[in-house]
Amino acid sequence: MHLDHSPSHSHSHDGPSALSADAHRPDGSRRAIRIGLGGPVGSGKTATVAALCHALRDELSLAVVTNDIYTREDAEFLLREAVLPPERITAVETGACPHTAIRDDISANLEAVEDLEDEVGPLDLILVESGGDNLTATFSKGLVDAQIFVIDVAGGDDIPRKGGPGVTTADLLVVNKTDLAPYVGSDLARMAADAKAQRAELPVVFQSLRDDKGVAAVADWVRGQLAAWTAA
Amino acid sequence: MSRAALLVLADGRFPAGGHAHSGGAEAAVKAGRITGAASLEEFCRGRLHTSGLVSASLAAAAALGLDPVELDEAADARTPSAALRTAARRLGRQMMRAARATWPHPELDAVARLFPKGAHQPVVLGVAARAAGLGADDAAYCSLYESVSGAATATVRLLSLDPFDATGVLARLAPAMDLVARDAVDAARRAVEDGVDALPAGSAPLLEISAEAHAAWAVRLFAS
Ligand SMILES: Nc1nc2c(ncn2[C@@H]2O[C@H](COP(=O)(O)OP(=O)(O)OP(=O)(O)O)[C@@H](O)[C@H]2O)c(=O)[nH]1
Ligand SMILES: [Mg+2]
Repeated sequence: MHLDHSPSHSHSHDGPSALSADAHRPDGSRRAIRIGLGGPVGSGKTATVAALCHALRDELSLAVVTNDIYTREDAEFLLREAVLPPERITAVETGACPHTAIRDDISANLEAVEDLEDEVGPLDLILVESGGDNLTATFSKGLVDAQIFVIDVAGGDDIPRKGGPGVTTADLLVVNKTDLAPYVGSDLARMAADAKAQRAELPVVFQSLRDDKGVAAVADWVRGQLAAWTAA
Repeated sequence: MSRAALLVLADGRFPAGGHAHSGGAEAAVKAGRITGAASLEEFCRGRLHTSGLVSASLAAAAALGLDPVELDEAADARTPSAALRTAARRLGRQMMRAARATWPHPELDAVARLFPKGAHQPVVLGVAARAAGLGADDAAYCSLYESVSGAATATVRLLSLDPFDATGVLARLAPAMDLVARDAVDAARRAVEDGVDALPAGSAPLLEISAEAHAAWAVRLFAS
């Protein structure tokens, strides 16, 4: 039995697994980068995850954790679309509160990411999708290394102006479904200006998963995050 | 020992995964057995005297330093439903993570190493109480309070029950909790002398059966 009281000895080879945001695996190598995707209900989080898997799975070893509110809907969609083999997709149950599971009590999500690393690793990238929630739902830094907030043009073009922690602080803001803008009367230029005002230098991507470019810009951003993570 | 450590451990916001579980309340609501404050109270009273007592005695015994492996086996033997055993181990693993981060202690590390996928939650809770400098009665109270507060919180969400009514239920159960906690600690002390077979083995068959059914639902708000 270890008599060392400091939690840092858990990094050693025979120690129990890490506690929280520890950037290393038990063997000392750098673990997979974890990227969270949050945002309001139906904004296109799962569709973005699926497109990212398609875009990145040939170049990276990746896995997905979903946090549904009351079903396994998101995990099942990803399984149906066969974006990844089933053992690379884990669903976490959130007790009706995704923001609790991704921010206030992240233990179930940490277990899911650690088990994925153990069972199908080594992994380069783990995407953690939150169930659709409100504009204040952000991921704990103990769970993810970077987060994407996904809103869409159909949810109202005043959302960037309203701000809130997701819109203001996420490492990347994605404004999805730009193909629908003409039909719902959303003013993309105004959304871009409001987002700029809220976020200063933090990046914003406008995307439509229905057009040719699809998720390409977000995939590039993810590659950049991974490169920075690996180099750190 | 610190009295305030008990508040930290007993706090419903202690990040150990409890928020995703209903303690059987979701199944009971669906079956029409919990429809409001009065039936919630009866449901919780039933839990207190069955699975609540068993869990509290396991937690107290672990806090007294009984062998966690033997206690974990005793917990398995007292939990017929496989779904409930799985839930208890998952919660034990989450409790372990939170406890090790909160009160680093070699005994916690040792149990974590023995049970990488989790020991039964009450056993981990008892070891966590030891690590926090708390006693057997503290562990029993934490475990008992959890066994009813989880169901009450879940019912507030499931039935949109008035939260003041739910809190009133918990307050009315306080005298019963005192009695059950005393029995749980007495049993744990006997177990120090006579072994884990001295721990109570009360069970609520309907909780076990409905947990199995609940685990198979396609659409549910809570994990158990
Ligand atoms: N027109 C259009 N539809 C899209 C786009 N992206 C996603 N959708 C559709 O929007 C709907 C919701 O997408 P999801 O990916 O399930 O949204 P979500 O954010 O994961 O939803 P929740 O997990 O329920 O919060 C689906 O019908 C998608 O096909 C897009 O760029 N354009
Ligand atoms: Mg989704």
